[in-house]
Amino acid sequence: MKGLKIVVLAKQVPDTRNVGKDAMKADGTVNRAALAAIFNPEDLNALEQALRLKDKYEGSTVSILTMGPSRAAEIIREGMYRGADGGVLLTDRLFAGSDTLATSYAISQALKKMEADIIIAGRQAIDGDTAQVGPQVADKLGLTQITYAEEIIGIKENVITVKRRLERGVEVVEGPLPLVVTVNASAPECRSRNAKALLKFKHARTATELQDTSEDYIDIKNDRPELVIPEWSVVDVDADPKELGLSGSPTKVKKIENVVFTAKESKVLSDNDEDINELMRTLIESHTIG
Amino acid sequence: MDNFFNDNSDLKFHLQHPLMRKIVALKEKDFADKDKYDYAPVDFEDAMDSYEKVLEIVGEICANVLAVNAESVDHDGPTVENGRVIYAKGTQENHDALTQAGVVGMSLPREYGGLNFSMVPYVMAAELVSRGDAGFSNIWGLQDCAETLHEFASKEIKDEFLPRFNKGATAAMDLTEPDAGSDLQAVQLRAEYCEERGTWLLNGVKRFITNGDAEVSLVLARSEAGTNDGRGLSLFVYDKADDCVVVRRIENKLGIKGSPTCELVFTDAPAKLVGDRKLGLIKYVMSLMNGARLGVGAQSVGISEAAYREAVKYAKERVQFGKAIIEFPAVYELLTNMKVSVEATRALLYETTRFVDVYKAYGFIEEDRALTKEEKQDAKKYNRLADVYTPLLKLISSEYSNSIAYDSLQVHGGTGYMKDFAIERISRDARITTIYEGTSQLQVIAAIRGVTTGVFAKQMEEYSKQEFAAELDYLNKDLIALTEQYQKAVDHVVAINAKEENNEYLDFHARRLVEMAGNIIMSYLLMTNTIYSDDYRVSAKIMVKRAKAQNAERFSYIMDFESKDLGIFKA
Repeated sequence: MKGLKIVVLAKQVPDTRNVGKDAMKADGTVNRAALAAIFNPEDLNALEQALRLKDKYEGSTVSILTMGPSRAAEIIREGMYRGADGGVLLTDRLFAGSDTLATSYAISQALKKMEADIIIAGRQAIDGDTAQVGPQVADKLGLTQITYAEEIIGIKENVITVKRRLERGVEVVEGPLPLVVTVNASAPECRSRNAKALLKFKHARTATELQDTSEDYIDIKNDRPELVIPEWSVVDVDADPKELGLSGSPTKVKKIENVVFTAKESKVLSDNDEDINELMRTLIESHTIG
Repeated sequence: MDNFFNDNSDLKFHLQHPLMRKIVALKEKDFADKDKYDYAPVDFEDAMDSYEKVLEIVGEICANVLAVNAESVDHDGPTVENGRVIYAKGTQENHDALTQAGVVGMSLPREYGGLNFSMVPYVMAAELVSRGDAGFSNIWGLQDCAETLHEFASKEIKDEFLPRFNKGATAAMDLTEPDAGSDLQAVQLRAEYCEERGTWLLNGVKRFITNGDAEVSLVLARSEAGTNDGRGLSLFVYDKADDCVVVRRIENKLGIKGSPTCELVFTDAPAKLVGDRKLGLIKYVMSLMNGARLGVGAQSVGISEAAYREAVKYAKERVQFGKAIIEFPAVYELLTNMKVSVEATRALLYETTRFVDVYKAYGFIEEDRALTKEEKQDAKKYNRLADVYTPLLKLISSEYSNSIAYDSLQVHGGTGYMKDFAIERISRDARITTIYEGTSQLQVIAAIRGVTTGVFAKQMEEYSKQEFAAELDYLNKDLIALTEQYQKAVDHVVAINAKEENNEYLDFHARRLVEMAGNIIMSYLLMTNTIYSDDYRVSAKIMVKRAKAQNAERFSYIMDFESKDLGIFKA
């Protein structure tokens, strides 16, 4: 089999998992300045699936595609530290304010230039929790989609086999390449950074970042083209500005409310040994029993 | 995400030591590798940034993989099946995670797949690993064998074995036998050259071999038939792929249970000679042991850090008589003393490591070109310091790690004695550190040379000449007085010893003298820290107080002792 061209869709998100009082602004939008910017957790699960395919099928490449402001280049570097070959930052003022419809349009336009065999994304981002971008991208490109993936089992003659994790069990499905796969948090965690990849790519920068005068090591970057992270604008991806940003986004936030959960935390367990052992372990650890 | 490197400001502080400029310059030789390897640094700042970033990777894996697996590894332990060791599941996960991260073999040159890191970040990684799981730090630390091959083996052997480490090969050093423990001159495992097969063949038994079923083993064997001492021993490298060594059993130990301790049977095992014949024990194993002792120093400090943190955490959470127990003098005194001990031994660990770093770097430069006269002198100076600081470090850090673990368990009270808290395991893991790679008693015999030759005293004088903040000058005065007291004790013991027929009198007091030196040196190292950061003022003050009290006790004992008193101790 020839090497696969894999594109991972990744998003830089505010770390909403441990929020303090200042996480929201008075107008109900996320106060991004107060929260650390991180690699969206399920996108890391997606990256791990991509890297496993790369390990398995010689000659495969993994690229990160992310959309965001200049600082989102950090996501591409982070991906490269873990084994991705490179990436593209989709960045333009005209993208600002895009909802999932406009975002998936922009991303699908970029993907048209990338000729991917497999597009892998996290199920959803922790800042919006919509889980819409992956499926919408597939739809716009007219590709098959497999959602809730937990494991990409393998590829044979252009057919991919994927294990899906659903609420009441698992399901193994097949799909034809090219296609879009969205990955669940229950998939294996992403591998850590690799020392050599980190040392190799730590100086990778976008053209915009290079304009920063405090930027060091310009010489090496001139010698090593792999250290330049490409930035694509609206024009580069041939997108219609009307379908982007606020004008391309039908979603309007009407009101934000604080929600107080009345139900206690609940968890669905199945009747297999693994789940029961896990429950026992949790109960012993919390000294509920034992 | 938890990170054992990022949460440890004391460790980070030591990475920024001024001597690093010299160490990096020696190690990177004008940054010549930058045109050959895209991951080589281009200047000093770039190299330091690389150290820091790679230690962040190690710190993350230690916190989120090793520390998480430590309990199950301690419980499950390794097993033996058909003469082969099978690691506990967590042990294998630990090794795989570190291998995947590409940090194994970080101190090897780039041509062998390494990162060409200096000893300081390499030892820091060992400390982090030990804090995560002290038992696993043996498997990690045995990559020292690669260092020994790098230093002494032929190019052919280096090309064959060294690139395997970065890909995850583990190592073992097969020294001990049933009748050769502390006394390695008694090693009997036979090495005979087989003309027919054109190789050395090893036959015999090794015992207490840590990670004995490793891919690459360094084996000390008797190559000179008819000899009985260390001069008949040579060092060999054995490849597991040859399948001629069987693991007969593994030991059931008190602690470090994840680390397999093997009894090995060699049957016509083909092996390659490392370096020259007859220098096995005298030169190569001595070097290997020095590396291993530095490794135990790192392991001990890692254990101390883990034990201290467990104690603080518990003391803040545990409420008795209406308040957290950390508020009681009996508890906070214990905790603060533990913290001072951690910082003092860490300062000694990295001071020693820097000495090793400098002289080793010179050694590798010497392979390419002759050293200048100044460089030779410099190399010699650092070599001499490393030789006496290494056993001092091994002695003190291992003993401290045990007392810190003991005190930490004490802070936990009855709960600490139960399996529910990590301190129970940490205490058991700590126990081996004063025993293996040379017991504390043997470290004293090596470190006493630093006392009798005046190397320690000279170093104390150097430290005292530094410029301290005016308000800390009284501590320097205290330390100068302590140095005089120490010198008086040394002179007293040496004078009486000179009148005796053997060294028994000196041997009897050796540990006291070495510990007095250690207290003064650690005090000075914490004082040195205060030059760069005010954060160390409290630790320096407490350490000097302790040194004064402890050295006074030893001084009194020594001065109040006559040579005939030796008799009353003889069993």
